[in-house]
Amino acid sequence: MTVIAAPNAEGLRRDAAVERLQLFALGGPAVLLVIVTMIVPVGWLFWLSFLNDAGEFSLEHYRRMLVQPSYGRAFSLTFEVSFLTTAICIVLGYPLAYVLSQLPRRAANICMIAVMLPFWTSLLVRTYAWLVLLHRQGVINTWGIKLGLWEAPLPLVHNLNGTLIGMVHIMLPFLILPVYSSMRAIDRDYLKAAANLGASPTRAFWLVFLPLSLPGLLAGSLIVFILCLGFYVTPAVLGGGKVTMVANRIATDIELFFNWGAASSLGVVLFVLTGLILYAASRLVRLDRLLGGGSH
Amino acid sequence: MNWLRQPATPTQITHGKRLWLYVISGLVMLFLILPTLIVIPMSFSESQYLEFPPREWSLRWYKNYFGSTSWMLATATSFKAGFLTMILSTLVGTMAAYGLHTARMRFSGLVFSILLTPIVVPIILVGIGVFYVYVKLGLVNTMAGIVLAHSMLAIPLVVMVVSSALKSYDMNQERVARSLGASRTYAFFFVTLPQIRFSVISGAVLSFLTSFDEVIVSLFISGGENSTLTRNMFAALRDQIDPTIAAISTLVVVLTSILLAISQIFGKNSALPD
Repeated sequence: MTVIAAPNAEGLRRDAAVERLQLFALGGPAVLLVIVTMIVPVGWLFWLSFLNDAGEFSLEHYRRMLVQPSYGRAFSLTFEVSFLTTAICIVLGYPLAYVLSQLPRRAANICMIAVMLPFWTSLLVRTYAWLVLLHRQGVINTWGIKLGLWEAPLPLVHNLNGTLIGMVHIMLPFLILPVYSSMRAIDRDYLKAAANLGASPTRAFWLVFLPLSLPGLLAGSLIVFILCLGFYVTPAVLGGGKVTMVANRIATDIELFFNWGAASSLGVVLFVLTGLILYAASRLVRLDRLLGGGSH
Repeated sequence: MNWLRQPATPTQITHGKRLWLYVISGLVMLFLILPTLIVIPMSFSESQYLEFPPREWSLRWYKNYFGSTSWMLATATSFKAGFLTMILSTLVGTMAAYGLHTARMRFSGLVFSILLTPIVVPIILVGIGVFYVYVKLGLVNTMAGIVLAHSMLAIPLVVMVVSSALKSYDMNQERVARSLGASRTYAFFFVTLPQIRFSVISGAVLSFLTSFDEVIVSLFISGGENSTLTRNMFAALRDQIDPTIAAISTLVVVLTSILLAISQIFGKNSALPD
Protein backbone atom coordinates (compact mmCIF):
# COMPACT_ATOMS: atom_id res chain seq x y z
CA MET A 1 0.00 0.00 0.00
CA THR A 2 1.43 3.31 -0.91
CA VAL A 3 0.84 6.04 1.53
CA ILE A 4 1.27 9.64 0.70
CA ALA A 5 3.32 10.75 3.63
CA ALA A 6 2.05 13.69 5.53
CA PRO A 7 4.51 16.57 5.39
CA ASN A 8 5.14 16.25 9.11
CA ALA A 9 5.51 12.41 9.13
CA GLU A 10 9.20 12.59 9.97
CA GLY A 11 8.59 14.98 12.84
CA LEU A 12 5.74 12.88 14.21
CA ARG A 13 7.92 9.79 14.21
CA ARG A 14 10.61 11.68 16.09
CA ASP A 15 8.04 12.91 18.60
CA ALA A 16 6.80 9.37 19.11
CA ALA A 17 10.33 8.12 19.75
CA VAL A 18 11.00 10.94 22.22
CA GLU A 19 7.75 10.25 24.02
CA ARG A 20 8.51 6.57 24.31
CA LEU A 21 11.88 7.40 25.79
CA GLN A 22 10.22 9.74 28.27
CA LEU A 23 7.76 7.02 29.26
CA PHE A 24 10.57 4.53 29.58
CA ALA A 25 12.35 7.00 31.85
CA LEU A 26 9.40 6.86 34.27
CA GLY A 27 10.85 3.51 35.33
CA GLY A 28 14.08 5.28 36.24
CA PRO A 29 13.51 6.10 39.93
CA ALA A 30 12.32 2.58 40.73
CA VAL A 31 15.22 0.99 38.87
CA LEU A 32 17.68 3.36 40.53
CA LEU A 33 16.32 2.48 43.96
CA VAL A 34 16.54 -1.26 43.29
CA ILE A 35 20.07 -0.87 41.93
CA VAL A 36 21.32 1.22 44.87
CA THR A 37 19.74 -0.77 47.69
CA MET A 38 19.80 -4.24 46.15
CA ILE A 39 22.03 -4.88 43.17
CA VAL A 40 25.02 -2.83 44.35
CA PRO A 41 24.97 -4.27 47.91
CA VAL A 42 24.59 -7.86 46.76
CA GLY A 43 27.21 -7.35 44.06
CA TRP A 44 29.53 -5.88 46.65
CA LEU A 45 29.07 -8.89 48.93
CA PHE A 46 29.80 -11.12 45.97
CA TRP A 47 33.07 -9.24 45.48
CA LEU A 48 33.93 -9.39 49.20
CA SER A 49 33.45 -13.13 49.26
CA PHE A 50 36.48 -13.50 46.99
CA LEU A 51 38.82 -11.36 49.11
CA ASN A 52 40.87 -12.56 52.08
CA ASP A 53 41.64 -10.50 55.19
CA ALA A 54 44.55 -8.80 53.45
CA GLY A 55 42.22 -7.71 50.66
CA GLU A 56 43.74 -10.00 48.04
CA PHE A 57 41.84 -12.26 45.74
CA SER A 58 41.40 -15.72 47.26
CA LEU A 59 38.97 -18.58 47.50
CA GLU A 60 39.70 -18.86 51.22
CA HIS A 61 36.08 -18.34 52.28
CA TYR A 62 34.75 -20.93 49.89
CA ARG A 63 37.50 -23.38 50.89
CA ARG A 64 36.58 -22.87 54.56
CA MET A 65 33.01 -23.79 53.76
CA LEU A 66 34.20 -27.15 52.48
CA VAL A 67 36.72 -27.76 55.27
CA GLN A 68 34.85 -26.58 58.37
CA PRO A 69 32.15 -29.08 59.27
CA SER A 70 29.92 -26.46 60.93
CA TYR A 71 29.26 -24.83 57.55
CA GLY A 72 28.45 -28.14 55.92
CA ARG A 73 26.08 -28.87 58.81
CA ALA A 74 24.31 -25.56 58.33
CA PHE A 75 23.71 -26.39 54.67
CA SER A 76 22.58 -29.96 55.24
CA LEU A 77 20.28 -28.82 58.06
CA THR A 78 18.83 -26.11 55.82
CA PHE A 79 18.05 -28.63 53.11
CA GLU A 80 16.71 -31.14 55.60
CA VAL A 81 14.39 -28.60 57.23
CA SER A 82 13.25 -27.23 53.86
CA PHE A 83 12.58 -30.71 52.54
CA LEU A 84 10.65 -31.81 55.64
CA THR A 85 8.64 -28.58 55.71
CA THR A 86 7.71 -28.99 52.04
CA ALA A 87 6.74 -32.65 52.55
CA ILE A 88 4.55 -31.89 55.57
CA CYS A 89 2.97 -28.97 53.74
CA ILE A 90 2.05 -31.27 50.84
CA VAL A 91 0.54 -33.88 53.17
CA LEU A 92 -1.52 -31.26 55.05
CA GLY A 93 -2.23 -28.84 52.22
CA TYR A 94 -3.22 -31.11 49.35
CA PRO A 95 -6.27 -32.65 51.06
CA LEU A 96 -7.50 -29.25 52.24
CA ALA A 97 -7.05 -27.70 48.79
CA TYR A 98 -8.88 -30.72 47.34
CA VAL A 99 -11.87 -30.33 49.64
CA LEU A 100 -11.97 -26.55 49.16
CA SER A 101 -11.83 -26.90 45.37
CA GLN A 102 -15.01 -29.00 45.46
CA LEU A 103 -17.00 -26.67 47.68
CA PRO A 104 -19.35 -24.14 46.10
CA ARG A 105 -17.51 -20.86 45.37
CA ARG A 106 -19.08 -18.93 48.21
CA ALA A 107 -18.35 -21.57 50.85
CA ALA A 108 -14.82 -22.00 49.50
CA ASN A 109 -14.19 -18.26 49.73
CA ILE A 110 -15.26 -18.24 53.36
CA CYS A 111 -12.99 -21.20 54.15
CA MET A 112 -10.22 -19.43 52.26
CA ILE A 113 -10.22 -16.81 55.01
CA ALA A 114 -8.75 -19.53 57.23
CA VAL A 115 -5.93 -19.89 54.73
CA MET A 116 -5.44 -16.17 54.15
CA LEU A 117 -5.56 -15.07 57.79
CA PRO A 118 -2.16 -16.53 58.68
CA PHE A 119 -0.87 -15.47 55.26
CA TRP A 120 -1.46 -11.85 56.18
CA THR A 121 -0.60 -12.03 59.87
CA SER A 122 2.80 -10.74 60.80
CA LEU A 123 5.46 -13.44 60.85
CA LEU A 124 6.58 -12.36 64.30
CA VAL A 125 3.07 -12.55 65.71
CA ARG A 126 2.71 -16.13 64.48
CA THR A 127 6.14 -17.11 65.74
CA TYR A 128 5.23 -15.66 69.13
CA ALA A 129 1.92 -17.54 69.08
CA TRP A 130 3.74 -20.82 68.57
CA LEU A 131 6.15 -20.02 71.36
CA VAL A 132 3.16 -19.47 73.65
CA LEU A 133 1.56 -22.73 72.55
CA LEU A 134 4.60 -24.96 72.55
CA HIS A 135 6.93 -24.00 75.38
CA ARG A 136 7.34 -26.06 78.58
CA GLN A 137 4.59 -24.27 80.49
CA GLY A 138 2.75 -23.49 77.27
CA VAL A 139 -0.85 -24.16 76.37
CA ILE A 140 -0.29 -27.56 74.75
CA ASN A 141 1.91 -28.93 77.52
CA THR A 142 -0.33 -27.68 80.35
CA TRP A 143 -3.42 -29.16 78.73
CA GLY A 144 -1.70 -32.39 77.76
CA ILE A 145 -0.62 -32.95 81.35
CA LYS A 146 -3.95 -31.82 82.80
CA LEU A 147 -5.81 -34.28 80.58
CA GLY A 148 -3.31 -37.01 81.45
CA LEU A 149 -2.09 -37.47 77.86
CA TRP A 150 1.55 -37.25 78.92
CA GLU A 151 3.30 -36.73 82.26
CA ALA A 152 6.37 -34.56 81.80
CA PRO A 153 6.36 -31.49 79.51
CA LEU A 154 7.23 -32.52 75.95
CA PRO A 155 10.18 -30.73 74.34
CA LEU A 156 8.13 -29.03 71.64
CA VAL A 157 10.04 -25.82 71.17
CA HIS A 158 13.62 -24.50 71.18
CA ASN A 159 14.55 -27.41 68.96
CA LEU A 160 13.88 -28.83 65.50
CA ASN A 161 10.26 -29.77 66.33
CA GLY A 162 9.31 -26.19 67.10
CA THR A 163 11.11 -24.88 64.02
CA LEU A 164 9.29 -27.35 61.77
CA ILE A 165 5.87 -26.63 63.27
CA GLY A 166 6.38 -22.88 62.88
CA MET A 167 7.70 -23.16 59.34
CA VAL A 168 4.90 -25.46 58.19
CA HIS A 169 2.38 -23.01 59.61
CA ILE A 170 3.98 -20.12 57.73
CA MET A 171 4.46 -21.97 54.45
CA LEU A 172 1.15 -23.85 54.23
CA PRO A 173 -0.78 -20.99 52.51
CA PHE A 174 1.96 -20.75 49.87
CA LEU A 175 1.28 -24.39 49.00
CA ILE A 176 -2.49 -24.34 49.27
CA LEU A 177 -3.08 -21.30 47.04
CA PRO A 178 -1.44 -22.57 43.82
CA VAL A 179 -2.73 -26.11 44.36
CA TYR A 180 -6.25 -24.81 44.97
CA SER A 181 -6.28 -22.65 41.86
CA SER A 182 -4.90 -25.43 39.67
CA MET A 183 -7.54 -27.83 41.03
CA ARG A 184 -10.29 -25.30 40.32
CA ALA A 185 -9.10 -25.12 36.73
CA ILE A 186 -9.42 -28.88 36.14
CA ASP A 187 -12.30 -29.66 33.82
CA ARG A 188 -14.71 -32.01 35.63
CA ASP A 189 -15.61 -33.59 32.29
CA TYR A 190 -12.35 -35.56 32.41
CA LEU A 191 -13.57 -37.27 35.58
CA LYS A 192 -16.93 -37.96 34.00
CA ALA A 193 -15.17 -39.45 30.99
CA ALA A 194 -13.06 -41.63 33.30
CA ALA A 195 -16.19 -42.83 35.11
CA ASN A 196 -17.84 -43.48 31.77
CA LEU A 197 -14.95 -45.68 30.77
CA GLY A 198 -15.41 -47.72 33.92
CA ALA A 199 -12.90 -46.16 36.33
CA SER A 200 -13.87 -46.30 39.99
CA PRO A 201 -13.83 -42.92 41.80
CA THR A 202 -10.52 -43.84 43.49
CA ARG A 203 -8.93 -44.93 40.23
CA ALA A 204 -10.14 -41.79 38.47
CA PHE A 205 -8.55 -39.70 41.21
CA TRP A 206 -5.15 -41.37 40.96
CA LEU A 207 -5.02 -41.66 37.18
CA VAL A 208 -6.81 -38.48 36.09
CA PHE A 209 -7.23 -35.86 38.80
CA LEU A 210 -3.86 -36.18 40.55
CA PRO A 211 -1.77 -35.90 37.35
CA LEU A 212 -3.80 -32.87 36.27
CA SER A 213 -3.20 -31.16 39.62
CA LEU A 214 0.55 -31.88 39.56
CA PRO A 215 1.67 -28.60 37.91
CA GLY A 216 0.03 -26.62 40.71
CA LEU A 217 1.43 -28.95 43.34
CA LEU A 218 4.90 -28.69 41.83
CA ALA A 219 4.72 -24.89 41.67
CA GLY A 220 3.51 -24.72 45.27
CA SER A 221 6.12 -27.15 46.59
CA LEU A 222 8.83 -25.28 44.77
CA ILE A 223 7.92 -21.89 46.20
CA VAL A 224 7.72 -23.44 49.68
CA PHE A 225 11.11 -25.12 49.32
CA ILE A 226 12.82 -22.00 47.96
CA LEU A 227 11.38 -19.72 50.64
CA CYS A 228 12.37 -22.22 53.37
CA LEU A 229 16.01 -22.10 52.27
CA GLY A 230 16.27 -18.46 53.35
CA PHE A 231 14.41 -18.72 56.69
CA TYR A 232 15.88 -16.79 59.57
CA VAL A 233 13.33 -15.63 62.13
CA THR A 234 11.54 -18.92 62.83
CA PRO A 235 14.67 -21.04 63.40
CA ALA A 236 16.17 -18.24 65.49
CA VAL A 237 13.16 -17.98 67.83
CA LEU A 238 11.54 -21.43 67.78
CA GLY A 239 14.86 -23.23 67.37
CA GLY A 240 16.18 -21.49 70.48
CA GLY A 241 19.70 -21.17 69.08
CA LYS A 242 19.97 -24.89 68.45
CA VAL A 243 18.77 -24.83 64.87
CA THR A 244 21.40 -23.05 62.80
CA MET A 245 20.23 -22.72 59.24
CA VAL A 246 22.36 -20.95 56.64
CA ALA A 247 20.65 -17.59 57.19
CA ASN A 248 21.22 -17.82 60.95
CA ARG A 249 24.87 -18.68 60.34
CA ILE A 250 25.21 -15.64 58.07
CA ALA A 251 23.73 -13.38 60.75
CA THR A 252 26.04 -14.78 63.46
CA ASP A 253 29.08 -14.31 61.24
CA ILE A 254 28.18 -10.62 60.97
CA GLU A 255 26.82 -9.90 64.46
CA LEU A 256 29.45 -11.77 66.46
CA PHE A 257 32.53 -12.04 64.28
CA PHE A 258 32.17 -9.17 61.78
CA ASN A 259 33.41 -11.64 59.23
CA TRP A 260 32.03 -10.15 56.03
CA GLY A 261 33.90 -12.53 53.75
CA ALA A 262 32.55 -15.64 55.44
CA ALA A 263 29.00 -14.28 55.62
CA SER A 264 29.09 -13.10 52.00
CA SER A 265 30.38 -16.40 50.67
CA LEU A 266 27.60 -18.25 52.50
CA GLY A 267 25.06 -15.81 51.10
CA VAL A 268 26.43 -16.17 47.59
CA VAL A 269 26.24 -19.98 47.77
CA LEU A 270 22.69 -19.79 49.14
CA PHE A 271 21.71 -17.38 46.37
CA VAL A 272 23.31 -19.46 43.64
CA LEU A 273 21.67 -22.65 44.92
CA THR A 274 18.28 -20.88 45.02
CA GLY A 275 18.85 -19.61 41.49
CA LEU A 276 19.84 -23.06 40.21
CA ILE A 277 16.78 -24.69 41.75
CA LEU A 278 14.54 -21.98 40.29
CA TYR A 279 16.19 -22.37 36.89
CA ALA A 280 15.87 -26.15 36.93
CA ALA A 281 12.26 -25.79 37.99
CA SER A 282 11.44 -23.19 35.34
CA ARG A 283 12.08 -25.92 32.79
CA LEU A 284 9.43 -28.00 34.53
CA VAL A 285 6.78 -25.44 35.50
CA ARG A 286 5.89 -22.07 34.13
CA LEU A 287 7.60 -19.55 36.36
CA ASP A 288 4.94 -16.86 36.17
CA ARG A 289 2.56 -19.32 37.75
CA LEU A 290 5.06 -19.76 40.56
CA LEU A 291 5.34 -16.04 41.21
CA GLY A 292 1.60 -15.62 40.81
CA GLY A 293 1.03 -18.30 43.40
CA GLY A 294 3.33 -16.74 45.91
CA SER A 295 2.60 -13.10 45.80
CA HIS A 296 -1.10 -12.60 45.27
CA MET B 1 -27.89 -39.57 57.68
CA ASN B 2 -28.86 -39.29 54.09
CA TRP B 3 -26.06 -36.91 53.20
CA LEU B 4 -23.44 -39.51 54.14
CA ARG B 5 -24.80 -41.93 51.56
CA GLN B 6 -24.79 -39.41 48.72
CA PRO B 7 -21.79 -39.30 46.37
CA ALA B 8 -19.73 -36.11 46.81
CA THR B 9 -20.14 -35.35 43.11
CA PRO B 10 -21.70 -37.64 40.49
CA THR B 11 -18.31 -39.26 39.78
CA GLN B 12 -17.12 -39.58 43.36
CA ILE B 13 -17.38 -41.81 46.42
CA THR B 14 -20.02 -41.01 49.04
CA HIS B 15 -19.51 -38.33 51.66
CA GLY B 16 -19.60 -41.04 54.30
CA LYS B 17 -16.65 -42.89 52.82
CA ARG B 18 -14.51 -39.78 52.79
CA LEU B 19 -15.41 -38.33 56.16
CA TRP B 20 -11.73 -38.71 57.09
CA LEU B 21 -10.94 -36.18 54.36
CA TYR B 22 -13.27 -33.62 55.93
CA VAL B 23 -11.81 -34.30 59.36
CA ILE B 24 -8.26 -33.71 58.09
CA SER B 25 -9.32 -30.53 56.29
CA GLY B 26 -11.03 -29.23 59.39
CA LEU B 27 -7.99 -29.95 61.52
CA VAL B 28 -5.65 -28.26 59.04
CA MET B 29 -7.89 -25.18 59.03
CA LEU B 30 -7.82 -25.11 62.83
CA PHE B 31 -4.04 -25.47 62.72
CA LEU B 32 -3.94 -22.45 60.42
CA ILE B 33 -6.14 -20.09 62.40
CA LEU B 34 -5.98 -21.09 66.06
CA PRO B 35 -2.41 -20.01 66.87
CA THR B 36 -3.07 -16.45 65.76
CA LEU B 37 -6.42 -16.24 67.52
CA ILE B 38 -5.22 -17.72 70.81
CA VAL B 39 -2.90 -14.76 71.32
CA ILE B 40 -5.90 -12.43 71.62
CA PRO B 41 -7.45 -13.84 74.86
CA MET B 42 -3.99 -14.32 76.35
CA SER B 43 -3.17 -10.66 75.93
CA PHE B 44 -6.00 -9.85 78.38
CA SER B 45 -4.65 -12.19 81.06
CA GLU B 46 -3.62 -10.91 84.46
CA SER B 47 -0.93 -13.54 84.94
CA GLN B 48 2.54 -13.15 83.56
CA TYR B 49 2.59 -16.86 82.85
CA LEU B 50 0.78 -17.52 79.65
CA GLU B 51 -2.11 -19.70 80.74
CA PHE B 52 -5.10 -20.56 78.67
CA PRO B 53 -7.86 -19.86 79.44
CA PRO B 54 -6.63 -16.96 81.59
CA ARG B 55 -7.78 -17.15 85.23
CA GLU B 56 -8.16 -13.42 85.65
CA TRP B 57 -8.62 -10.74 83.05
CA SER B 58 -6.84 -7.42 82.97
CA LEU B 59 -5.46 -4.74 80.69
CA ARG B 60 -2.12 -4.94 82.43
CA TRP B 61 -0.08 -5.78 79.31
CA TYR B 62 -1.76 -3.08 77.26
CA LYS B 63 -0.94 -0.54 79.99
CA ASN B 64 2.57 -1.87 79.99
CA TYR B 65 2.84 -1.35 76.24
CA PHE B 66 1.25 2.10 76.10
CA GLY B 67 3.21 3.18 79.16
CA SER B 68 6.60 2.21 77.79
CA THR B 69 8.57 4.94 76.05
CA SER B 70 10.69 2.51 74.09
CA TRP B 71 7.70 0.54 72.75
CA MET B 72 5.92 3.80 71.85
CA LEU B 73 9.00 5.13 70.10
CA ALA B 74 9.39 1.89 68.14
CA THR B 75 5.71 1.95 67.18
CA ALA B 76 6.00 5.52 65.95
CA THR B 77 9.09 4.57 63.93
CA SER B 78 7.30 1.62 62.33
CA PHE B 79 4.27 3.71 61.40
CA LYS B 80 6.43 6.49 60.00
CA ALA B 81 8.55 4.03 58.03
CA GLY B 82 5.40 2.28 56.80
CA PHE B 83 3.74 5.49 55.58
CA LEU B 84 6.85 6.86 53.91
CA THR B 85 7.53 3.47 52.28
CA MET B 86 3.95 3.35 51.10
CA ILE B 87 4.20 6.80 49.50
CA LEU B 88 7.63 6.25 47.91
CA SER B 89 7.09 2.73 46.60
CA THR B 90 3.56 3.36 45.34
CA LEU B 91 4.75 6.48 43.54
CA VAL B 92 7.85 5.06 41.86
CA GLY B 93 6.30 1.61 41.41
CA THR B 94 3.22 2.94 39.64
CA MET B 95 5.38 5.24 37.50
CA ALA B 96 7.55 2.32 36.50
CA ALA B 97 4.64 -0.01 35.77
CA TYR B 98 2.91 2.64 33.64
CA GLY B 99 6.09 3.70 31.86
CA LEU B 100 7.18 0.19 31.00
CA HIS B 101 3.69 -0.81 29.93
CA THR B 102 3.20 2.11 27.57
CA ALA B 103 6.75 2.55 26.24
CA ARG B 104 6.93 -1.01 24.87
CA MET B 105 10.68 -0.73 24.33
CA ARG B 106 13.00 -3.61 23.67
CA PHE B 107 14.45 -3.36 27.18
CA SER B 108 11.12 -3.18 28.98
CA GLY B 109 11.22 -6.89 29.81
CA LEU B 110 14.75 -6.61 31.19
CA VAL B 111 13.89 -3.59 33.34
CA PHE B 112 10.80 -5.39 34.55
CA SER B 113 12.84 -8.36 35.73
CA ILE B 114 15.32 -6.02 37.47
CA LEU B 115 12.39 -4.56 39.39
CA LEU B 116 11.29 -8.04 40.46
CA THR B 117 14.73 -9.20 41.70
CA PRO B 118 14.06 -8.28 45.35
CA ILE B 119 11.61 -11.21 45.54
CA VAL B 120 14.09 -13.87 44.50
CA VAL B 121 17.20 -12.82 46.40
CA PRO B 122 17.36 -14.38 49.90
CA ILE B 123 16.34 -11.63 52.30
CA ILE B 124 19.25 -12.28 54.66
CA LEU B 125 21.65 -11.48 51.79
CA VAL B 126 19.77 -8.23 51.14
CA GLY B 127 19.93 -7.46 54.87
CA ILE B 128 23.67 -7.75 55.28
CA GLY B 129 24.34 -6.19 51.87
CA VAL B 130 22.27 -3.12 52.66
CA PHE B 131 23.91 -2.94 56.10
CA TYR B 132 27.36 -3.00 54.51
CA VAL B 133 26.54 -0.23 52.03
CA TYR B 134 24.71 1.84 54.68
CA VAL B 135 27.74 1.74 56.95
CA LYS B 136 29.72 3.39 54.15
CA LEU B 137 26.97 5.90 53.40
CA GLY B 138 26.20 6.69 57.04
CA LEU B 139 22.59 5.58 56.62
CA VAL B 140 22.53 2.99 59.42
CA ASN B 141 19.87 3.71 62.08
CA THR B 142 18.30 6.49 60.00
CA MET B 143 14.70 6.79 58.88
CA ALA B 144 15.84 7.51 55.31
CA GLY B 145 17.80 4.29 55.28
CA ILE B 146 14.87 2.20 56.51
CA VAL B 147 12.44 3.78 54.05
CA LEU B 148 14.76 3.29 51.05
CA ALA B 149 15.40 -0.37 51.89
CA HIS B 150 11.75 -1.14 52.61
CA SER B 151 10.63 0.62 49.43
CA MET B 152 13.00 -1.56 47.44
CA LEU B 153 11.33 -4.63 48.99
CA ALA B 154 7.84 -3.25 48.26
CA ILE B 155 8.44 -2.10 44.66
CA PRO B 156 8.03 -5.58 43.11
CA LEU B 157 4.60 -5.94 44.73
CA VAL B 158 3.39 -2.53 43.53
CA VAL B 159 4.79 -3.11 40.04
CA MET B 160 3.13 -6.52 39.77
CA VAL B 161 -0.26 -5.39 41.03
CA VAL B 162 -0.35 -2.22 38.91
CA SER B 163 0.93 -3.86 35.71
CA SER B 164 -1.64 -6.60 35.95
CA ALA B 165 -4.30 -3.89 36.17
CA LEU B 166 -2.82 -2.08 33.16
CA LYS B 167 -2.87 -5.30 31.15
CA SER B 168 -6.62 -5.51 31.48
CA TYR B 169 -7.08 -1.76 30.89
CA ASP B 170 -7.89 -0.56 27.39
CA MET B 171 -5.24 2.02 26.53
CA ASN B 172 -7.41 3.33 23.68
CA GLN B 173 -9.36 5.28 26.28
CA GLU B 174 -6.27 7.33 26.94
CA ARG B 175 -5.76 7.80 23.19
CA VAL B 176 -9.30 9.11 22.89
CA ALA B 177 -8.68 11.61 25.67
CA ARG B 178 -5.51 12.78 23.97
CA SER B 179 -7.11 13.09 20.58
CA LEU B 180 -9.61 15.37 22.29
CA GLY B 181 -6.77 17.59 23.40
CA ALA B 182 -5.73 16.23 26.79
CA SER B 183 -2.02 16.11 27.49
CA ARG B 184 -0.46 12.77 28.34
CA THR B 185 -0.23 13.71 32.01
CA TYR B 186 -3.80 14.98 32.10
CA ALA B 187 -5.04 11.82 30.35
CA PHE B 188 -3.18 9.64 32.84
CA PHE B 189 -4.52 11.40 35.92
CA PHE B 190 -8.10 11.85 34.75
CA VAL B 191 -8.70 8.78 32.57
CA THR B 192 -6.26 5.98 33.36
CA LEU B 193 -5.58 6.45 37.06
CA PRO B 194 -9.24 6.50 38.14
CA GLN B 195 -9.67 3.14 36.43
CA ILE B 196 -6.63 1.44 37.92
CA ARG B 197 -7.02 3.10 41.32
CA PHE B 198 -8.15 -0.11 43.01
CA SER B 199 -4.89 -1.79 42.16
CA VAL B 200 -2.88 1.26 43.14
CA ILE B 201 -4.60 1.26 46.56
CA SER B 202 -3.96 -2.48 46.93
CA GLY B 203 -0.33 -1.91 46.06
CA ALA B 204 -0.14 0.88 48.64
CA VAL B 205 -1.63 -1.30 51.38
CA LEU B 206 0.71 -4.15 50.48
CA SER B 207 3.73 -1.88 50.63
CA PHE B 208 2.70 -0.46 54.00
CA LEU B 209 2.38 -4.00 55.37
CA THR B 210 5.67 -5.04 53.78
CA SER B 211 7.44 -2.32 55.68
CA PHE B 212 5.45 -2.69 58.88
CA ASP B 213 6.06 -6.46 59.08
CA GLU B 214 9.64 -6.49 57.85
CA VAL B 215 12.06 -8.04 60.35
CA ILE B 216 15.37 -9.10 58.89
CA VAL B 217 16.52 -5.96 57.08
CA SER B 218 15.30 -3.83 60.00
CA LEU B 219 17.32 -5.99 62.36
CA PHE B 220 20.52 -4.89 60.65
CA ILE B 221 19.83 -1.31 59.64
CA SER B 222 17.48 0.06 62.30
CA GLY B 223 18.51 0.84 65.82
CA GLY B 224 18.76 3.50 68.49
CA GLU B 225 15.83 5.88 68.38
CA ASN B 226 14.93 4.55 64.95
CA SER B 227 14.37 0.94 66.06
CA THR B 228 11.32 -0.54 64.39
CA LEU B 229 8.61 -2.34 66.31
CA THR B 230 9.52 -5.66 64.68
CA ARG B 231 13.15 -5.26 65.68
CA ASN B 232 12.20 -4.72 69.32
CA MET B 233 9.69 -7.56 69.25
CA PHE B 234 12.29 -9.92 67.81
CA ALA B 235 14.78 -8.97 70.49
CA ALA B 236 12.15 -9.52 73.19
CA LEU B 237 11.20 -12.91 71.73
CA ARG B 238 14.74 -14.16 71.76
CA ASP B 239 15.18 -13.32 75.44
CA GLN B 240 11.97 -14.11 77.28
CA ILE B 241 8.26 -14.60 76.71
CA ASP B 242 6.99 -11.18 77.72
CA PRO B 243 3.15 -11.06 77.64
CA THR B 244 3.42 -7.45 76.45
CA ILE B 245 4.16 -9.01 73.06
CA ALA B 246 0.74 -10.70 73.20
CA ALA B 247 -0.86 -7.27 73.58
CA ILE B 248 1.20 -5.85 70.70
CA SER B 249 0.44 -8.90 68.57
CA THR B 250 -3.27 -8.45 69.14
CA LEU B 251 -3.05 -4.81 68.09
CA VAL B 252 -1.03 -5.76 65.00
CA VAL B 253 -3.60 -8.42 64.04
CA VAL B 254 -6.40 -5.86 64.39
CA LEU B 255 -4.51 -3.28 62.33
CA THR B 256 -3.69 -5.79 59.58
CA SER B 257 -7.31 -6.93 59.42
CA ILE B 258 -8.54 -3.35 59.09
CA LEU B 259 -6.05 -2.59 56.32
CA LEU B 260 -6.94 -5.76 54.43
CA ALA B 261 -10.62 -5.03 54.81
CA ILE B 262 -9.95 -1.59 53.30
CA SER B 263 -8.03 -3.07 50.40
CA GLN B 264 -10.82 -5.62 49.95
CA ILE B 265 -13.49 -2.95 49.83
CA PHE B 266 -11.53 -0.69 47.50
CA GLY B 267 -9.33 -3.25 45.85
CA LYS B 268 -11.92 -5.76 44.61
CA ASN B 269 -10.08 -8.97 45.45
CA SER B 270 -6.78 -7.98 43.94
CA ALA B 271 -4.97 -8.65 47.23
CA LEU B 272 -6.66 -12.02 47.63
CA PRO B 273 -7.15 -14.79 45.10
CA ASP B 274 -10.70 -15.69 44.07
